[in-house]
Amino acid sequence: MPKTLLRLRVNGEDYDVAAAPHKTLLEVLREEMGLTGTKHGCELGECGTCTVLVDGEPVLSCLALPVELEGRAITTVEGMAPPGRLHPLQQAFAELGAAQCGYCTPGILLTADALLARNPRPTRDEVRHALAGNLCRCTGYTKILDAVELAALRAGGDRV
Amino acid sequence: MIDDKDRFSIVGRPLPKVDAWAKVTGDTKFADDLALPRMAFGKLLRSPHPHARIARIDTARARALPGVYGVITGADLPRVKFGILPVSQDEEALCTEKVRMVGDAVAAVAAVDEETAERATELIDVEYEVLPPLMSIEESLAHPEVRIHEYGDGPNVHKAVSLQFGDVEAAFSRADLVREDVFYFEGNTHLPMEQHAAVAQWGADGKLTLWSSTQTPHYVHRLLAKILDLPAAHVRVIATPVGGGFGGKLDLFAHEIVACRLAQLTGRPVKFALTREEVFYVHRGRHPVLMWVRTGVTKTGEILGMHFKTWLDGGAYGSYGVASTFYTGALQTVTYKVPAYKFEGARVFTNKPPCGPKRGHGTPQPRFALECHLDKIAEQLGFDPAEMRRRILAEPFTKTANHLTVTTIGLGECLDRVLEASGWPAKRGALRPGRGIGVACSSYLTGAGTAIYWNDMPHSGVILRADRSGGVAILCGAIDIGQGSDSILAYLVAEVLGIEPKDIRVHPADTDLTPVDLGAYSSRVTLMCGNAAIQAAERLRAMLFRAVAAKLGVPEGDLVARGRRVGVAGDPEKSVSFAEAVVLAESANGVLAVPGSYAPPKRAGKYKGGGVGPSPCYSYSACVVELDVDRETGEVVIRDVWIAHDVGRALNPLLVEGQVEGSVYMGIGEALMEEQVFRKGVHKFPSMLEYKSPTTLETPEIHTILVETDDPEGPFGAKEAGQGPLLPVIPAIANAIHDAVGVRIDEVPITPDKILVALERQRQGKAPRVGPERLPLFTFPAPRMVESAFGQPADNIAVRPFDDRRTDGG
Repeated sequence: MPKTLLRLRVNGEDYDVAAAPHKTLLEVLREEMGLTGTKHGCELGECGTCTVLVDGEPVLSCLALPVELEGRAITTVEGMAPPGRLHPLQQAFAELGAAQCGYCTPGILLTADALLARNPRPTRDEVRHALAGNLCRCTGYTKILDAVELAALRAGGDRV
Repeated sequence: MIDDKDRFSIVGRPLPKVDAWAKVTGDTKFADDLALPRMAFGKLLRSPHPHARIARIDTARARALPGVYGVITGADLPRVKFGILPVSQDEEALCTEKVRMVGDAVAAVAAVDEETAERATELIDVEYEVLPPLMSIEESLAHPEVRIHEYGDGPNVHKAVSLQFGDVEAAFSRADLVREDVFYFEGNTHLPMEQHAAVAQWGADGKLTLWSSTQTPHYVHRLLAKILDLPAAHVRVIATPVGGGFGGKLDLFAHEIVACRLAQLTGRPVKFALTREEVFYVHRGRHPVLMWVRTGVTKTGEILGMHFKTWLDGGAYGSYGVASTFYTGALQTVTYKVPAYKFEGARVFTNKPPCGPKRGHGTPQPRFALECHLDKIAEQLGFDPAEMRRRILAEPFTKTANHLTVTTIGLGECLDRVLEASGWPAKRGALRPGRGIGVACSSYLTGAGTAIYWNDMPHSGVILRADRSGGVAILCGAIDIGQGSDSILAYLVAEVLGIEPKDIRVHPADTDLTPVDLGAYSSRVTLMCGNAAIQAAERLRAMLFRAVAAKLGVPEGDLVARGRRVGVAGDPEKSVSFAEAVVLAESANGVLAVPGSYAPPKRAGKYKGGGVGPSPCYSYSACVVELDVDRETGEVVIRDVWIAHDVGRALNPLLVEGQVEGSVYMGIGEALMEEQVFRKGVHKFPSMLEYKSPTTLETPEIHTILVETDDPEGPFGAKEAGQGPLLPVIPAIANAIHDAVGVRIDEVPITPDKILVALERQRQGKAPRVGPERLPLFTFPAPRMVESAFGQPADNIAVRPFDDRRTDGG
């Protein structure tokens, strides 16, 4: 199938990429742009692993088509924080052991980022509901919930 | 907890993992993140039939497709069967004569991209002669005229074992109560978030490199050499960080072998990345097991004798199945006093994906049965089930009936702590209708005491290289699968050398560069690699002390290594920086590269089968679950889980808690929803949506209590944490459901439909139970009679084959 030239805005930078129009955002990010921080768990929209942000909203990149996303702001795990720095969620996940194998982590971080953007101090139940579409097989979710709460607390100015 | 924290500067602290930063930024490179120039993409053609003879394979149309670099069948590989265990060499990478399950690979393609490779597989013509499929234990035993394999202990029987330790019948005749129960545990799968992937590269020098998401690079290395008929010295296996294993990446798989052969034939690197559906068929997960148990007890609940039978649905191949079979009988004796014990087990072939090791390997099924069975005994005798367990706990530093040496046992403290934390005494019998509370205990290995292939070499090796910069490199064959093995290695070496984990780089799992570690299985890595790392670090520290003592003119015995300095304790004048100490030692000794080795104490029982079960030490867990059962819908909502785990010593409490929480979560999934089941040979739901697993919403608050016993076998006293805590969760849930609504679901998973059937039976005045009603017609071999070793003193405590302190040269 002939490739289409696309201009995508990812992590604040414009990328010109050529990809077949049926290629998913997941495939284009990983295979055409070398942004392998976005992972895949099912490629059927079932596990949340491939979550990225489009204009700040969580989107399953395995179900999204880049041809429809030109001009939109796409954020992957590589773009969560300025170069050389960590996003408060990344910091909290690292400190609390919320990433074990780390494979589901990018998708969960971005989903949590979107949650905190619209609800800076969520209850534990609200965190549970926001992350209900992201499967993790390692952690039992406990440290993930703790880390999101810690990041929210710190963003609120209460250092712990 | 042990009150000797001042001994340590790193151990016991809740530090971040050394790879935490890479993991939260997406920097970690998993196997499918690798890309090499000119790389081709591979695809397997898999059988659509559960059982069929292969009459003809024609690859001509696939070869003719533009963009296809290579197409192979079994005829393009050496005709050699393989399997992870030497006793079960029954697999082919690409089947040549017969397929035994839906998903068996028959041909493979390498092409310019994934889509072309997939299209090419569709152009391969395979003619099958369909054979009758055998889809259950009962079917396989009832149809000896249909043979899945030509080997084994009987028609469609892979393995049958029978062992007796002491006179079980005499024990039953003395008992005040003899109770029998039957249980069934449905199989389930690991469901790691990362699908298996591998990249193979065949160098112009004729040497092969394979990068793979594997838990056992060493076994992959050995087997690849055999299967591809290459000198092992020309094969290099590099394990990439594993995105979840749980036992599912412990075998050698078709895609790994075929990637290598296609790389050789096409002259290009070849990548295979399995789809989620393929991962369900690759499987090697939890065996479905049917179980029968008879126990004789005194009127106070002491066990006099136990007889346990298991029938395992093994699926189409051997895999680790012989070990799994023994494991369904091995650890019943490690938790409670069982003076006389008989075990009979049989693993049956069926035309389903092969089962193998999943977290707890062969022991969660009998643990579910045993702990529910004990609850029923306690109820029958009128005892609080927790109190009865408390009275019959195994004795530390003794042998079990089946000759296993147990060392420290923190189970009494575990039980006391969860009972207290959960408010058990007040809640027991006092909760509102529909709410229930249940308890269970368990134990698990800290590393298999014997290797998969018999040898006298170390099970784990570490090389430390100290650099003039003051940095230290750890080379070790272990691979981090999320459990934190890289971090544990760094913490232990940093502790001994008095430096920070950040000063250390861990180089894992590269068969060209790292000494062998047998793999991430049987909860062995922290103990075995940890002991090897401590040995290497102590040897290096001795060299540093010698050099620094000479320089400072002080006795070596006065020196300590702490805070990145080596010197006399409490005298900053008489010390040098760690980097200076390295320079002094390198000046005196030459290059500082120091090995450490570990092999477990030799304790295999002197009977056939005695090699499965021994371990340097055993972890212990106790769990209380509180839950609600909806009588109208049969739905179970877990409120709280309290779990106490005897981890020997928590080298990093944060990581141990993470292992315990993950185990509890996985146990909840197995107890209530996860099942790997088939319809007409086809998986009923090979997708993450329909294969139910717990989300954040089904996972309750988990209250983790760590108990420390400072085991003499462990690195600084540590035992395992990654598998054991799963074990008590499933029976604690089953027991809590009984407490809530008075029904017994003797079959896992406990789904709402089963609870509703049992509640209906309760309403009708029938036995309020759902579970297996009958056992297969099967005659086990005559038991091997072995004297019970129950109560004998433990032997070979902390006697390690490669220990510097040994003087007998062993």
